[in-house]
This record gives sequence, structure tokens and C-alpha cells, in this order.
Amino acid sequence: MIGLSHYLVVSAILFSIGLVGVLRRRNLLMLFFATEVMLNAVNIAFAAISHYYNDLTGQMFAFFVIAIAASEVAVGLGILIVLFKKFGSLNLDDLANMRG
Amino acid sequence: MENLVYIALFAPFASSLFAALFGMSQREVFVGIVASMFIGTAFISSLLLAIHLYTTGDVINITMMDWIHAGDFNVSFGFVVDQVSVTMMTVVTLVSTVVHVYAIGYMDHDKSFNRFFSYLSAFVFSMMILVMSDNFLGLFIGWEGVGVCSWLLIGFWYHKADQTREENPSVSPSWAANEAFIVNRIADLGMLVGIFVLYWNTGTLKYDEVFAQLPYLNNGIIVTATIALFIGAMGKSAQFPFHTWLTDAMEGPTPVSALIHAATMVTAGVFLVIRANPLFHAAPEVSFFIASLGTFVAFYAASMALVERDLKRIIAYSTLSQLGYMFAAAGLGAYWIALFHLAAHAFFKALLFLGGGNVMHAMHDELDIFKMGGMKKEMRGTWIYMTLASVALAGLPPLAGFWSKDAIIETAFNEHTYFLWIMLVVTAGMTAFYSFRQVFMTFHGEDRHTPLGFHPHEMYKFVLIAMSPLAVLATITGWYMKEYEDFITELLPHYEMSEHTHHLASWLGLVVLFFAISGIVWAYLKYARIGRHAWKRDKEKEQGFFYKLLKNQYYVPKFYEEFITKPYAMVSAVFWEKVDLKIVDATVDNIAKAFYKSGDATRGMQTGNLSNYLNWMAVGGVLLLVIAAISAMFV
Repeated sequence: MIGLSHYLVVSAILFSIGLVGVLRRRNLLMLFFATEVMLNAVNIAFAAISHYYNDLTGQMFAFFVIAIAASEVAVGLGILIVLFKKFGSLNLDDLANMRG
Repeated sequence: MENLVYIALFAPFASSLFAALFGMSQREVFVGIVASMFIGTAFISSLLLAIHLYTTGDVINITMMDWIHAGDFNVSFGFVVDQVSVTMMTVVTLVSTVVHVYAIGYMDHDKSFNRFFSYLSAFVFSMMILVMSDNFLGLFIGWEGVGVCSWLLIGFWYHKADQTREENPSVSPSWAANEAFIVNRIADLGMLVGIFVLYWNTGTLKYDEVFAQLPYLNNGIIVTATIALFIGAMGKSAQFPFHTWLTDAMEGPTPVSALIHAATMVTAGVFLVIRANPLFHAAPEVSFFIASLGTFVAFYAASMALVERDLKRIIAYSTLSQLGYMFAAAGLGAYWIALFHLAAHAFFKALLFLGGGNVMHAMHDELDIFKMGGMKKEMRGTWIYMTLASVALAGLPPLAGFWSKDAIIETAFNEHTYFLWIMLVVTAGMTAFYSFRQVFMTFHGEDRHTPLGFHPHEMYKFVLIAMSPLAVLATITGWYMKEYEDFITELLPHYEMSEHTHHLASWLGLVVLFFAISGIVWAYLKYARIGRHAWKRDKEKEQGFFYKLLKNQYYVPKFYEEFITKPYAMVSAVFWEKVDLKIVDATVDNIAKAFYKSGDATRGMQTGNLSNYLNWMAVGGVLLLVIAAISAMFV
């Protein structure tokens, strides 16, 4: 029988994968994908817990997250295109120009 | 009547502010004239108040406004015009008026003329607060105010450089000013403690209310309070061991010496004892100590004046000595006699100082009486004034000093304190000797100044005329002693001589007179003659033990320097290097340095690379999680 803990473990694994992606990736587009992975990991957890408690609030919240993620991607991709046109690259190491 | 009180109080304040407006600009004679007029107005108001009080006898109490309101603690700006304060007000404003007019002439060539008048009037204002206040706190404000003005005025010629003690015993004006201020601060601490003790035990600071509660206080508290208050009085009135500042204060301009360091401010200590007489009366041991100390200082100061060569310092010693007389009277319970001597002394001593100022002006700031002599032909007016004042100081009838000083000496006899009586009589002889030594050395005898290239000239006419009220008062004050007694004893306790003393009074007077006259005659024989008998310096005698002891002021300043000033400076140096630099400053510096260093170390995080930021953000998130987990474990 697949219980709550299985869902949560999947969610945690997905979240960790996303986090490692955020930390390790240098390409901005990949960073976006990684954040999407993390958001969806959270959505899984919401849905699972919502089902477990028989409370729809968590599922509603998951929808909100999906909607916001969609709009974020729309705006973010727009910015990426502008950045690419300006710098000719999406690699973060190329974009950095401060000397800390 | 209330308006007169306010005019008397605030006219000097207005005068000070007015003169201050021109403080930075060059000499303007009208500043001096306007200031003198303001002070004159205050004098007239005080005089009218005195007449009012004399004729009707009703004391004026006014409360200008509330000052401090904190819980149970209430102090208001209250003023009282009674017999004691009106005496002080009249004396202070009269001498101040004369000195203001005098200063117009004396400070003629000084570039800080306007500033001088601003300070001088500010002093008068503080002094008026001191004498008129109806509570101890107001008195303390005035007390500190006169201290500040004294500091400003002693150090008026602050630009003069320091000299060694051998060249100039007072080092420099700024040094003398600091000495006066610091010595007074030390004594004022005692005064403040006395005020605190009174407040803690009575819950009020108003004179009347404090004195009304005296019967309910235990003796220890009264003794503590009186001792503490008297320490304050000792500082301001330059009694031993706080006396050294007064002679050094002669570095200030002469009008200042006349007004502050002879006639008014230094008598504030005596005024305090008189004002708080119920308190001192309740502590007979302290009172007796005051009388003994006063007698000692009278003798001690007079002995130093015997060998002093500096004209102004001689007069300063005589002031010290006369303050001793006042304390002797106050300590023996003859408060009104002390106040009477205070007033008489203010007149003749101010006159003496102003005369000394004329001499100093004529001799281009030379004060060594060994370099003067025979000056009466050039300075006839000054000679007459100074002789008159010296006669009054020496205590010859019918001048003011005779009546008041004689009464004090009689009091000492009446109280059966015969030792004090003998000391005071001997001191009276010494007073006559040194004051006439100075007169004869300056104005009589061989002309020693012309060979040295001095060509003295008499002071301006208006200055001499301005001094005349003091001369008149120094002469006649004593004649009205009986009337004054009736007036003042409405407030101060009566002091009756016993039948026995009364019987011997004229003999006692004759003894004093004998000592005074023999002092004068001796001085005459020694210093006033010319030709074959003329005075010559006796170098051998000047090397003698007693001469050197007196000349060096019993080595008290030396002692203070070696055992107080120098150790204090050494300790301060140690504290500065070891405590201040190494602990206090180091702590503050290290806090600042820690911030700089951590900033330097973490600056590298700011790379501009988004990926690094994200990594740091993850580190922060993990840290927060860890903290949350740990704190959850402990909750």
C-alpha cells in the first residue's frame, strides 16, 4: 500500500534534486528548470498531505503554485531572451561583472 | 516693592547681556557707562528697599516661578528681602557701581574693555541671586555663578605666559584662575553635601522651613550639616587650608580684586554662616571651631603680610585676615557684628584696593613697594584715600574699622575665650603695622621710583570722584552702629555684652588702640623717614628663618604642589596610560576593529555571481533549519 510517507519521500527527493540543480547549474535556463522541479516537489507534498487530512486547502494551494509558476516562467523567459540578446550567453559566470 | 526687587536683581543681568553684545568688538566707552548706569539702578532699588524695610520693617518674600517639581521635591525661584539680604544687596550694588565707574578709567587701554564689563555685571547678578535667594539651592546657584565669574575675571589676561614661582608666586593669570576654581570646587562639594543632608532630614530647602524643623533634628545631623556647609564657606571665604587661591587671585585686574576678592564674593562664606545662624547656633562645637579657625586665619594672614613686597598681595592678606575676624565674630554668636564688619570692611577694603589700582596704573603694573616711595607728591588724591582706608583697616577711631573690629574683639573677651582675644588684639597691632608699612613705603620716605625710571601720574579725575562714596562710607559707617544694631536685630539674634565686659569696655578698647597705634608708629619709624634714617633693605634679615618662612607663605603652596598637585599629576599620568589608553580606549577601538575585520573577511562573498549567492542562500537556509531543529529539541 502506498502511504503518505512514500509521497513525502518522493517530494523530498525531487526537492533535493531541484536544490542541487539550483546550486550546481551555471546556465540560467537550467536554473529555471531546477526551480520548477522544486516547486513541483512542494506541490506533491501539498496534494499528498491534503488527501491525508481530507482537507482541500492543500490542493487549492497547489493550484495556486502552478498558476504562479506558469506566470513566473512567462516573465522569466522574457527576461532570459533579453539577457541572451544583450550578452550572447546565459552562463552565470559570463554574466558576473563585480570584483568582490 | 516687588518691582524694585526685580529691578535690583535683573538690572545687572541686563547690563551683562548688553555689554556682551559688544564683547567681540573694540573698546566702546559707552558700554562702560551704560553698564555702570544699570548697576547704579540696581543700587538705587536696593537702597529704596533698605529704606522701606527700615521704616516699615516688613520683609518682602516673592516667588518668581516654580523651578523644580519632581515628586515630593519642590523648589521655586524665591527671593527674600529681609534685613540681612538688604544689607548685602546695598553693599554689593554700591561697591559694584563704584567699581564699574572706576573700571572705565582703569581699563582704559585694554582691548577687551567691553568683555570686562560683561563679566563684571554677570558677577553682580550672580552675587544678587546668592544673597537674595530664600532657599539653599538658589544660594548654591549664585555661589557657583560667582565662582565662574571669578574664574573668568582672574584669568581675564589669559594671554600672559606662565612664570616660575620664584619670579611670580601666582605663576600666571590663567593658572591662578584655575587654582581658584578648583579649590572652590573641592570646598563646594562640602557645601553640596551639607545641602543634601539638610534636604534628606527636613524635606525642604527653604531657609525658614529648615530652621523651623531644627528642634526635631538630632544633634549628629545638625553637626554634620553645619560642618559640611562650613567647608563650602571656607572655600569661598578662603579660610585655611583653602586660602592659597585668594592671594593668587590678585593676578586679575584690580577692579576685580576690589569687588570680588575683597568686598563681596569672598564674604559669601560669612554671609552663609550669618544666613544659617539658627543652624550654626544649634551646633556650638562647630561654632567654636569656626571662631578659632577665624582667629587663627586672622593672625596667620597678618603675619604673612608683614614681609610681603607686592602691594596687591599685602591687601589680599589683609582681606584674609579681616575675613578671619568676621568668622571669629560669627562663630562666637555675634552674627550681627560679623555682618557689620562685613559691610564696613567692604567699603574700606574696596577703597584700599582701588587706591592700589591707581598706584599700579601709575607705575605701569609695577607692584613692588620696594620700588616706590615718596609718591604722595605725584598722587595726592590716591594718597589721601589709601591713608584713610588704612586708618579704617588699622582700626583707629572714628573710622569704620574701629567700631566693627573693636566690637569683635570685645566679643572674644565677653565669651571668656581669652586666648582668642589675645590673638585678635595682637593681630590688630600687626594689621596696623603692615597696612601702614605699605602706605609709608608707597607714598612716604625716600623716592626710590624716579631713579628706576618711573614717572607716576595721578589717575583721572572722574575715577577719584567715583571713589569718594567709599571714602565717605569708610569714615562714617561706624557712627551708625547703634541704629544698625536696632535694624538688624529684628532678624538676627541680639548679642549683649555682659555687665562685666561693659564695665571694662573702654579699657579693652584702649588696649586695642594701643596695639594699633604702636603698630603705626613702628611702621612710621621704620619706613617713612628720609635722609639719614631712611629705610634700607636688610639683606641679612631677608635670609633669616622667619622672614623666609613668612615670605614663602609658610611653605603651604609648596606643600600643596609637592604633596597634592604633583602626586595627582603622576597618578593621572598612570591612569591615562594604563587605564584610559589600555582599557577604556582599547575596548572601544577593538569593537570598531572587529566590525572592520569581519567586513573585510566577508567582503569576498559579494562576487556578483548569482550562482554563488544562491549557494550562500542555501547555506543560510540550512543554518536556519538547524537552529530551528536545535531549539525545537530544547523546547
